[in-house]
Amino acid sequence: MADVAVRLTQLTKRFGDPAGRRSATADGSPTAEGVTAVDHIDLEVEDGEFFSLLGPSGCGKTTTLRMIGGFEQPTFGRIELQGEDVTWLPPYRRNVNTVFQNYALFPHLSVFENVAFGLRRRKVPIAEVKRRVSEMLELVELPGFERRKPSQISGGQAQRVALARALVNKPAVLLLDEPLGALDLKLRRQMQVELKRIQEEVGITFIYVTHDQEEAMTMSDRIAVMNRGRYEQLGDPEVLYERPRTRFVAGFLGVSNLLPATMDGQADGYAAFRLGDGTTVRVPTTVLEDQSGSVAVGVRPEKIRMHETDQASPPGFNSLGGTIVDASYIGVSTQYIVRMADGRRVTVYEQNVERATKSELWKTGEQVVLAWSPDHCFVVEEGGGAAPESDEELNAVA
Amino acid sequence: MTATVARPPRMARTRPPRSVGRLISRWALPVLTALAIGYLLIPVMVMIVFSFNDYQGKFNFIWNGFTIDGWLHPFEWPGLPGSITNSLLIAFVSTAVSTVLGTLMGLALTRYDFRGRGPMNALIFLPMATPEIVMGSSLLTLFIGSALPPLNGVIPRGTFYPLGLQTILIAHIMFNISYVVVTVKARVAGFDRHLEEAAMDLGADEWTTFRKVTLPLILPGVIAAALLAFSLSIDDFVITNFVSGTTNTFPIWVWGIIKNALPVQINIVGTIIFVLAVGGVALSTLRGGGAAPTRIR
Repeated sequence: MADVAVRLTQLTKRFGDPAGRRSATADGSPTAEGVTAVDHIDLEVEDGEFFSLLGPSGCGKTTTLRMIGGFEQPTFGRIELQGEDVTWLPPYRRNVNTVFQNYALFPHLSVFENVAFGLRRRKVPIAEVKRRVSEMLELVELPGFERRKPSQISGGQAQRVALARALVNKPAVLLLDEPLGALDLKLRRQMQVELKRIQEEVGITFIYVTHDQEEAMTMSDRIAVMNRGRYEQLGDPEVLYERPRTRFVAGFLGVSNLLPATMDGQADGYAAFRLGDGTTVRVPTTVLEDQSGSVAVGVRPEKIRMHETDQASPPGFNSLGGTIVDASYIGVSTQYIVRMADGRRVTVYEQNVERATKSELWKTGEQVVLAWSPDHCFVVEEGGGAAPESDEELNAVA
Repeated sequence: MTATVARPPRMARTRPPRSVGRLISRWALPVLTALAIGYLLIPVMVMIVFSFNDYQGKFNFIWNGFTIDGWLHPFEWPGLPGSITNSLLIAFVSTAVSTVLGTLMGLALTRYDFRGRGPMNALIFLPMATPEIVMGSSLLTLFIGSALPPLNGVIPRGTFYPLGLQTILIAHIMFNISYVVVTVKARVAGFDRHLEEAAMDLGADEWTTFRKVTLPLILPGVIAAALLAFSLSIDDFVITNFVSGTTNTFPIWVWGIIKNALPVQINIVGTIIFVLAVGGVALSTLRGGGAAPTRIR
């Protein structure tokens, strides 16, 4: 497990340099013109891992993948595959295979010939080609489709054929470029489970590019959240969700409440932060990194509990007063928007476990106290990468 | 049981009144279509019918009864077999050369961004836009100029002068390339580059990718281009007349002979060319499914 399947060293890609494709400056630093799609990335993907590059469009995730596949040449940096430098090798000399976003099945060849394409290039004996192709079609649950043409199968089936066509070659690493993007929501969910099953079954390293945070969280062992040609944070899905380190990561994965704050001293393993409305909240020092300058304390909407102003918050909890300005019943939970004294809005999700009927729900205009455990806090640097404007909007897209 | 089921009351059928407008809309399209098709096909039919004419004298103008005599001796006229051989040779060679060059140019012009691509795309239309008579006379000037000072010592005699098969070939390849490029470009424009990347990803080098993926997918366009080039070459008269010197192609031979005679063989050879051309187009349409670019969604 510890072996490194792919190692990227200072990988950089710039488009539109007047000096041509190669770097004009020795260290790959930006020249006056051109767009830096991938900006000095260092990354190690372990053997057998399901690794995701997650980010909004234009963040450089696809370019990174295409450089690993050999379809783009880096402006600067180095790509190693299982210890071998492949930076300048053409795609057909690399032991990686790609599942393209639009599948890129050969329309003039049957499903069988599509899947057999890679094996035929390597002059595998015909009997073995037949055996391995039917094995692979079995794995993606498409036996009996050998003679169909790509125009005669559905999107979901084409997706599976594309997967089989890549996997049949037993590559060291499989690259997947938003392979589920063209499928409808239900099929996409189904394929997520399927992909994970197949990955565990064949034990091949998957590098998966997506802009869908839910998709990445469902399948990945580790995720790198990318923004503007770099990854902002790398880690397990839980760590990224519970302890986002930047404003961007906090906003891209799920919904976050970020409250600008200034540090007010530390004691007993907790740091005190003063919020805009004068309230002080406590944050465990363990979640503090080397954040400097102005920071924001974050808490996820579902970690916050609400109670009436005359009740006491659970001991040790952070608490914050506010007025409910909006309540929307979503079925499994109710989403409240609470306005703090300084005008800032906080989103709260309350599970509809005890309160369910309309009369029991909180109403707009009610004064409430928000309370949450300090352990659920995280701290992000202010200013850094801009967070996506509207979290709700991103979730709707996902 | 069925007898008891109440029938719905019969609706009074309303019929639009017959009117002149309705008559026109009913008959105008078929009649006009028939006229247009007739307009296109009658000359061809006349050519075919008169190839069976038992004509008197030198000129095959007046219908004089049915015979297949002509078809028993389809090429029997002095100079005719040679001119047909020349025409076929020129058509095949110029088609082959211009199809290869034009396909590669079409690929390059669609695929790659290079200095001068824009002007190149515009220049490619020039031979199509230039009147043939201008093209022919300027080619003649060029070819003859190669035998005159100051070029006569530089360009070996026999390259462009004296005029002959090679000058006709050069001219035909030149004007054919434009048509091939334009036809192939239309096909390549709809080509998904990811298909080539997928092939390379699966272990095919550049040449194998071209052979196994690119060429099969643009082949309908290439075949259409080749057919077009062949048909342009085999019946070209204007440019050929300028650059042929003493060499006869079929159109040149026809032009020469009609001053003295109009033998049935002209109709026969014309009919053969027509049948082969229609057959070729039909075949390529059936096989390639037309020249519509293939897209994968």
